Amino acid sequence: MSMALIETVNITQKYGGQEIIKNINLKVEQGEVLALIGPTGAGKTTLLRLLDLLEAPSSGSIYLDGTEVTAGKRLRLQARRRMSFVLQKPVVFNMSVADNIACGLKWRKEKESAISRRVQDALELVGMTEYSNRNARTLSGGETQLVAIARALAVVPEVLFLDEPTANLDPVSAARIEEVLAHIIGGQKTTVVMATHDMSQGQRLAGRIGVIINGELLQTGSPGDIFSTPGDTRVAELVGIGNILGGVIANRDNELAGIDVGGNIIQAISEHGIGAEVHALIRPEDVTLALHKDTSSARNTFEGIITRISPVGALVRVELDCGFPLLAVVTRRSARDLNLAVDNRVYATFKATAVHVIKRWN
Amino acid sequence: MTEIWQGLVTAVKLIISLDPEVMQIAGRSLAISASSSTIAALLCLPLGAVIHFNRFPGKRTLINIIQTLFSLPTVAVGLFVFVLFSSVGPLGGFGIIFTPAVMVIGQVVLITPLMLGLIISALSATDKAVTDTAVSLGASGFQMSVVTFREARFGVLAGLIMGFGRAISEVGLSLMVGGNIRGFTRTITTAISLETSKGDLELALALGMILIFIALVINIGLNRIQQR
Repeated sequence: MSMALIETVNITQKYGGQEIIKNINLKVEQGEVLALIGPTGAGKTTLLRLLDLLEAPSSGSIYLDGTEVTAGKRLRLQARRRMSFVLQKPVVFNMSVADNIACGLKWRKEKESAISRRVQDALELVGMTEYSNRNARTLSGGETQLVAIARALAVVPEVLFLDEPTANLDPVSAARIEEVLAHIIGGQKTTVVMATHDMSQGQRLAGRIGVIINGELLQTGSPGDIFSTPGDTRVAELVGIGNILGGVIANRDNELAGIDVGGNIIQAISEHGIGAEVHALIRPEDVTLALHKDTSSARNTFEGIITRISPVGALVRVELDCGFPLLAVVTRRSARDLNLAVDNRVYATFKATAVHVIKRWN
Repeated sequence: MTEIWQGLVTAVKLIISLDPEVMQIAGRSLAISASSSTIAALLCLPLGAVIHFNRFPGKRTLINIIQTLFSLPTVAVGLFVFVLFSSVGPLGGFGIIFTPAVMVIGQVVLITPLMLGLIISALSATDKAVTDTAVSLGASGFQMSVVTFREARFGVLAGLIMGFGRAISEVGLSLMVGGNIRGFTRTITTAISLETSKGDLELALALGMILIFIALVINIGLNRIQQR
């Protein structure tokens, strides 16, 4: 069996007795784009630093191309020279933009002619050719980020690590960086591992997503898998599944199960047996509201009283009490058409297929 | 009062006329302090890097000790070097007591903690992300140190200049181990102290002005560096 390009085996990182990374086993395949998502402080940056060999794990091993590179100064340096890393708050050295980009190549003892060609290529890639002779310290945040990306790409890494590439930027610069990244990802065979707390960015750029919460890698999978079928309530919460309802499978008819949630039965597709303790996960945008009882094919309709209404951008969040709390998201227009107001009575409807059922642990 | 005024006028004349004795003393002072500063810099730059870039038990304590030695009394270093190099001392065999050589050694001992401490704090003041960036771009340990020194260059240079300033302005050490021998180990500071006690203010004032001028040049240089 051939190994993945990067593979970690049970890596753990402790700082002063506190476990920041807990027993992570991760495989990154050649050429793939993997986004690590998770809240701030989850350990994404530490994991990237471990993968880039900037720090050594407290325990566990890291393999690059099948070779263990966890220990050994020389070995780590050689492995590190096959990768590059754009830090979350990138710094540029107090020298010209071109000299900054040339650093990694000089340290690899590349020939002068090759260096100037690669620097030019990298500058073109990020669209900053005219900044070549500027002192890098005089650039704006977005430009600094672009130089850092060009500098990381100039060494033609086999693996590129990006830590929150757009987190500290204004929306316009962030969009530009993302466009550059999308172009790089589309045009090169570089393997990319990026950390982001911006779920939609992960979805836009990555082919695979890994969810890290509290130092644990909880789930990896395609963006579709992660967003529609989270394997854990913590993942569900992270990816914005606003309804996480605890219940027990009360009855079943082939694949259709009835989940007892506080005396109300929610119909869902599930393979769990009767008596199983489960969570029913329902995306608020899958819940529709109506003033009259719906007679469509949707399997679940509940009468509820509106307890709270709050606008979120172009949408409106509506919290209901249906005997259990239920969150729905509707457009402003439908909120107006339905004349939604606190204490009003409405019917909430969602399909049995919109309910994702996961087993409850504890 | 007129005596002091007379002294000042004569002192200015001594400087303007490039009086051989004044120039010789000033030149010797500069040569000794430049030598000691250069040697101390050659010691402190690599040593500072080793201390800064490595993690070892007692690092914090070591840095505290170095900082405490910033204000090492010159006479204490003088006494220590004198005991070592005096004809009956353990290093007396070198026969360099009361020579410029032993003055240079003494000044190196005196200013090394100051230079070392300031170099370490200049390196510590650089963003941690600088070293991370260098390492992530494939720098070896040595290449990473070089780029960090480059980033900290103004702070490091300021440390070196401060060391030179302390060397050229100290008197206790030079007097004790140099002996203030005319034409051989007499420096600006030792000459000022001797001439003043003799009541010969002209020479003392002329040398004092030169010393202040040197201090001024150093300060202007430092300011320029810090404004960068």
